[in-house]
Amino acid sequence: MVAIVDYGVGNLFSLKSSLTNIGADVVVTSDKEVLKNADHIILPGVGAFEDAAKKLRDSGLDIVIKELASAGKPLMGICLGMQLLFDKSFEYGEHDGLGLIKGVIKPIKDVVSENYKIPHIGWNPLIFKGDPSPIFSEIKDGDCVYFVHSYYACECDESVIATTEYCTELTAAVSNKNVYGCQFHPEKSGKIGLQILKSFIKIKENN
Amino acid sequence: MITKRIIPCLDVRDGRVVKGVNFEGLSDVSSPISLAKYYSECGADELVFYDITASSDGRKLFTDILCETAKSVFIPLTVGGGINTVEDFDRVLKCGADKVSVNSGAIRNPSLIYEAAKIYGDQCVVISADVKRVDGVFRVFAKGGRENTGMEAIEWIKRCVGNGAGEVVLNSIDTDGVKKGFDLEMLDAVCNVVNVPVIASGGAGKIDDFITLFKTLPKVDAGLAASIFHFGEVKISDLKNEMAKANIPTRLT
Repeated sequence: MVAIVDYGVGNLFSLKSSLTNIGADVVVTSDKEVLKNADHIILPGVGAFEDAAKKLRDSGLDIVIKELASAGKPLMGICLGMQLLFDKSFEYGEHDGLGLIKGVIKPIKDVVSENYKIPHIGWNPLIFKGDPSPIFSEIKDGDCVYFVHSYYACECDESVIATTEYCTELTAAVSNKNVYGCQFHPEKSGKIGLQILKSFIKIKENN
Repeated sequence: MITKRIIPCLDVRDGRVVKGVNFEGLSDVSSPISLAKYYSECGADELVFYDITASSDGRKLFTDILCETAKSVFIPLTVGGGINTVEDFDRVLKCGADKVSVNSGAIRNPSLIYEAAKIYGDQCVVISADVKRVDGVFRVFAKGGRENTGMEAIEWIKRCVGNGAGEVVLNSIDTDGVKKGFDLEMLDAVCNVVNVPVIASGGAGKIDDFITLFKTLPKVDAGLAASIFHFGEVKISDLKNEMAKANIPTRLT
């Protein structure tokens, strides 16, 4: 079973539909027991970092997610959900994340020239870093995925598995052992995105 | 390098796609769900569903169809038509829309964009403007292009973006339906004053019109069209191959 963490942030309709479409047994939940029993956990998110991080903390889901991830359960953060995996974000102030991936979140406008539009929105090709990650095992370097974001992950070189070019190279996906993060939206990236989700749910828990 | 988007627009009334549709191999050519799947599979980068229903029954049907479509189409979906309140945003976003485009609703209620952007984020709010030259000035038209609001278009679009619209669809009434190419002059004027994605609409008649658009105005992010795609006059796969050949950044599937 794949559990999508429901912590009151954003719209989970497309994510749930995409997982159903690839044949996953999927549940949208904020129940800690359900999360513990899931084979895979997906942490979604759109909106502002501070608000989302607070909602995770207030619900106590932050502790459960950290425990389960540390115990080896495959976890994927998507978009803001990916950013929450990091140590901290500098979106409107300075806010702590889950600390599952080393690095920080900063505004894209700090690193791209003025004529680049913010948010970075649209289809952009992936540039693989190192050996292809297990979540990219069935797709190719150069395949396009769909991005919508104004902040990006940095100071995280050792965990970057893909970047994308937008004036400079922005972090597109990261991993640290069983923890994965996609800045783009696999649930909106057509066949390529569905394939990434398919590969993720094939990853086995390592105990 | 971000790719240029190609966006078919489906006008939906009472649950069916209007404007004649002519496709081989599609059993139900006026079903929005079948058409959306077809476009998604042949490489469309995004879909716009435009609700032109007048009745509340029709609106309910539209919402149901949107949900059905979003269950099986995994590319970005933008919804427009009949969006007048934040509740309308909520209604279509819950059904799987990613972006919501406002037009007359923003003209009637100028705070709509600001309110919606505050709740759902700038990336979610699209200002769709119907613009026509009147005595040499770009004017904003309301009610599907029938009513001159008297507002100067460039200032209006700037204001909408300032209020939080994260994307602009510029429909040129002057070139719409003429099929002789996009309104490059009008698009250029808008691109020069906003720093959010601009989607060109109105005037595409053939593949070359898209090539000219992206070559002449590199700041334009996407091209939108309806009937030339629905009638099969331009096939999206052919269009994208030609764009790639012309060295326009393109997503090939």
